Amino acid sequence: MGLITLTIVLPLAGALLLSVSRYGEIGSKIIALATSLLTFAASLALLASFNLADGSLQLVEQMAWIPAIGASISLAVDGVSLALILLTTFLTPLILLASWDTVGDRVKGYLIAFLTLEAAVLGVFAATDLLLFYVFFEFSLVPMYLIIGIWGGAQRRYAAIKFFLYTLAGGLVMLVAILYLYAQAGTFDYETIRQLSLGATEQRWLFAAFVVAFAVKVPLFPVHTWLPDAHTEAPTGGSVFLAGVLLKMGTFGLIRYALPIFPDATVEAAPWLIAISVVGILYGAIVALMQSDIKRLIAYSSVSHMGFVVLGTFALNATATSASVVQMVNHGLSTGALFLLIGFLYERRHTRQIAAFGGLAKQVPVMAGLWLVVALSSLALPGLNGFVGEFPILLGTFQVSPTAAVLAAFGAVLAALYLLWPYQRMFHGPLEGADNQNTTDLKLREIGVMVPLVALIVIIGLYPKPLYDLVNPSIDRVLVEIEDAR
Amino acid sequence: MTTVLLAAEAAAVNEVVRATAGATNAAWLIPVIPVIGFVLVLLTSRMLRERSAVIAIAAAAATFVLAAAVAWQVISDPASYLRALPVWINAGEFEVTFTLLIDQLTAVMLLIVTGVGLLVHIYSVGYMHGDDRYARFFAYLNLFLASMLILVLGSNLLTLFLGWELVGLSSYLLIGFWFEKTEYATAAKKAFITNRVGDVSFMVAMFFAFATFGTLDMLGILDGAANLSSSAAFILTALLLGGAVAKSAQIPLYVWLPDAMAGPTPVSALIHAATMVTAGVYLMVRMSPVVVGSLDAMTLIAWIGALTALMAALIAVRQDDIKKILAYSTVSQLGFMFIGVGVGAFREGIFHLVTHAFFKGLLFLAAGSVMHAMANRTDIWQMGGLRKLMPITFYTSMVGWLAIAGVPPFAGFFSKDQILTEAYMHGFGAIWAIGLFAAVLTAFYMSRWFFLVFLGEARHPADAHPHESPRSMTVPLVILGVLSVFGGLALNPVHHGPLYNFLGPAVGDTAALGLTPAGPMSEPMLIAIAILAAAVGIGLAYFAYLRRDISIGRLSEPLRGRGAELLERKFFVDELYEAIFVTFGGRLARTAAWFDTRVIDGIVDGVGAVAISTGRVSRRAQTGLVRNYVAVVVAGALVVLAVVLARVV
Repeated sequence: MGLITLTIVLPLAGALLLSVSRYGEIGSKIIALATSLLTFAASLALLASFNLADGSLQLVEQMAWIPAIGASISLAVDGVSLALILLTTFLTPLILLASWDTVGDRVKGYLIAFLTLEAAVLGVFAATDLLLFYVFFEFSLVPMYLIIGIWGGAQRRYAAIKFFLYTLAGGLVMLVAILYLYAQAGTFDYETIRQLSLGATEQRWLFAAFVVAFAVKVPLFPVHTWLPDAHTEAPTGGSVFLAGVLLKMGTFGLIRYALPIFPDATVEAAPWLIAISVVGILYGAIVALMQSDIKRLIAYSSVSHMGFVVLGTFALNATATSASVVQMVNHGLSTGALFLLIGFLYERRHTRQIAAFGGLAKQVPVMAGLWLVVALSSLALPGLNGFVGEFPILLGTFQVSPTAAVLAAFGAVLAALYLLWPYQRMFHGPLEGADNQNTTDLKLREIGVMVPLVALIVIIGLYPKPLYDLVNPSIDRVLVEIEDAR
Repeated sequence: MTTVLLAAEAAAVNEVVRATAGATNAAWLIPVIPVIGFVLVLLTSRMLRERSAVIAIAAAAATFVLAAAVAWQVISDPASYLRALPVWINAGEFEVTFTLLIDQLTAVMLLIVTGVGLLVHIYSVGYMHGDDRYARFFAYLNLFLASMLILVLGSNLLTLFLGWELVGLSSYLLIGFWFEKTEYATAAKKAFITNRVGDVSFMVAMFFAFATFGTLDMLGILDGAANLSSSAAFILTALLLGGAVAKSAQIPLYVWLPDAMAGPTPVSALIHAATMVTAGVYLMVRMSPVVVGSLDAMTLIAWIGALTALMAALIAVRQDDIKKILAYSTVSQLGFMFIGVGVGAFREGIFHLVTHAFFKGLLFLAAGSVMHAMANRTDIWQMGGLRKLMPITFYTSMVGWLAIAGVPPFAGFFSKDQILTEAYMHGFGAIWAIGLFAAVLTAFYMSRWFFLVFLGEARHPADAHPHESPRSMTVPLVILGVLSVFGGLALNPVHHGPLYNFLGPAVGDTAALGLTPAGPMSEPMLIAIAILAAAVGIGLAYFAYLRRDISIGRLSEPLRGRGAELLERKFFVDELYEAIFVTFGGRLARTAAWFDTRVIDGIVDGVGAVAISTGRVSRRAQTGLVRNYVAVVVAGALVVLAVVLARVV
């Protein structure tokens, strides 16, 4: 079994083992955590055998699947997918550890759902067969639907259905486009389909179909409204995974499929997508400002931040597009960390209303300190990870559209507002009220979950070079067709 | 020393040298040492408590020694030293490194930052004694020191910006140090966000610079500056200025600095007077070869500086808080430095930056000493007569007062006078006149400050027992006092003195602009007028506050009426900004939030309702969803099959 297959099969095997075993709660948790750690180790081994200088898809693994229709289980990685695979396998054990004793009932089911979800997402990032990609892409919906719908908050059913319908609708449009491509190429193989020469009209329609599916996932304004509901209702682990990894399936899809397969349509549509991204950046930030629920606020901040990622993607130059990929990782770390902290606070207080908190920095200094670092990373303070992605995105965008870059840069002011304002209301001011005075600081386990995240936030902020070295060659290759199309 | 200076004069342009030996080779340690101090103090604060200050002070002292060694190497062997360091960001075609640039300008900044920084560290031992978060205060001071040193050492605009933002963070943490008070926390947030507005301009400046020069390296940009069109030079300068007016508290983004006085007083001295707020001046002087490319841009800078100097001085005339007066005074003095930059007096601007660091650092620390003695009272109408009770604070404050008022031979006289002289000599007559009037006001409000705090009858309440501060606080006062007396004389007693010549190779040249004097006056006449200005200001204050009976307190102010109220209320600028941004912005945000839930999501819910009601028809609304999904997948598979068949057949 190849390393990529192993990375995907490991969590699946863990899920299978859990579903047939009769271990108790603790045993199940240990198995799940061990599985996710093994998966992380496997992905590190993958990184070790990856050739950094080569930007094409590497470490190809191929197995027969449905030979009659030319669909196979083909897996391979480039720098972009590897970066996201590492993000996924890094976050999963932390998520499991964070929800160690807070899931409540049906723990085993929760763990199974999470490991299955991890496998599906890894499949999305590694598949090089369009049908296989589609199957993984849609299949990831099911465990996430269950996680929100079973372990979520009061409005979980509404949120879960909304999430499901929204993304399913997007996916179906893409399926039609995939089938059309299949009809042209006679295979679902990615590289073959990439070589297809498609007419201008064909490209436009197919590109639109792919972009709709991915835009819902990202989510891009104006198809973002499932996200605040899904985030607010999802359990902490679900929110972290959603923001950390699931959203990246959309931006990953754009870079892997929409750009190289439809280069002419991409060049044609880029100004529109840049415009939509800028609107989303400012709009998400402004709406975030008015939220009274801290989790909803961060959900809207995701709309704004993911707008930066799409902006950089469609700037279509090596600087901005590479930085987009780095920013996907950064957003996963920062927003994931924020959702973890919100979860820790929620477990203590059973409310997410900003107005319910006040003066907490005196009472819970560790949580307050970590919260501030993560918030600063999210508002792109230089020295932390958010900046090393956001700045090159804007710099690269400026080369193609100065107006877009300048407008998007105001997102930085708004980010400071919507992050520091609630921070002040929750953590500063006098410590009043019994609830605030009795809030306890983070436990060792919770600090243990945060430390790796905060460490990466600082390390990437000061030394993002390894990440860029991983991503740069692959983006150069993605942009080859785009250069020809110009 | 003379041979060194001759060498500097001979070499108009610095030679670029890779620093592989000597102090400049070790310069990377300068920001690293305080970072280590910051981390160590945070880690050991629970164990060591107040003793952890030793670590922070040791870090500051080591940094000062190293900075002095680096400065000495630059003085004895002038050049632009590049200390190569690893890559920071390499995104696609964009690459920046952490490499350091050390030249004459850097050397001056290094000495000021580490020197005043060290004194403030020592001062804080006494001032912060007994505070709950004592150790954390010292950790933040170290963090600030590291950030400010990154700012002055960066060899490209982005590493400068890294320091720029980190000093902003330190400032945020220290203004809000006593965050239990909501208004202090609000002041911290206001500072951060106002600076963010400037940051947008700074970032766009970098985008523009990269698009123009293909690099963000200072040396690359400054080399290319010679070939820059005047419109490009104007755009780049104006964008950088947008960043500088926020950090250095100039019109229209000065509003955060007076509120920043919420922070502990040593912070006001170090960050909000001597060092951080001068970063904007440093930036503009660093980029001066670009600035001289556009006379329009220079005129813009000069007017911003002049109007800020005037406006802040007017406000300071009617403030009653011992620190607020100094805060507006800082805004005003920074305005003088911007005048310097705008009229092409870059070196005079830096000279004033240096002397201002001495006397304003001194005045703030003296104010802190007074507050320490008065149980944190800040109203100058409740002081008076402190002369006998706090002799060291009194004499050092007197030196600071004379220096800022522009009385010769104290430090501030030389630097302020040289800026105004240069404004006149470069043809900026109106700027010179405004600056001169602001200088009269400065002498007036600082005399008022000094007279009301230290002279006359004691007006403090019976429960206050003023006393002289401990040694750790008075020693820094005395050192800064000595510097405020002799700093000007020693550095640049005549216009083209040692500091002026030393800085020559590091700044832009205005010769090509062909500037001519604004009128027939000679330099001695201008100096005489400047001295007269100081005398008028001090004299007016003498008659207003010392010769009149002021025992009824605030009501004895000589100026009354609408005009005085306008000054007291700071021209209502805060209220204006509040109306524009908070009220209008709030309305915009509320509308957007309403639009999102009602309109966009409303449409989605409408579509969703149709879908769900379809499910309800088959009475499988809940579980039906997943089942429907399976059905869709099966249908999809059938389509695949159909397509395959169609191709095979």
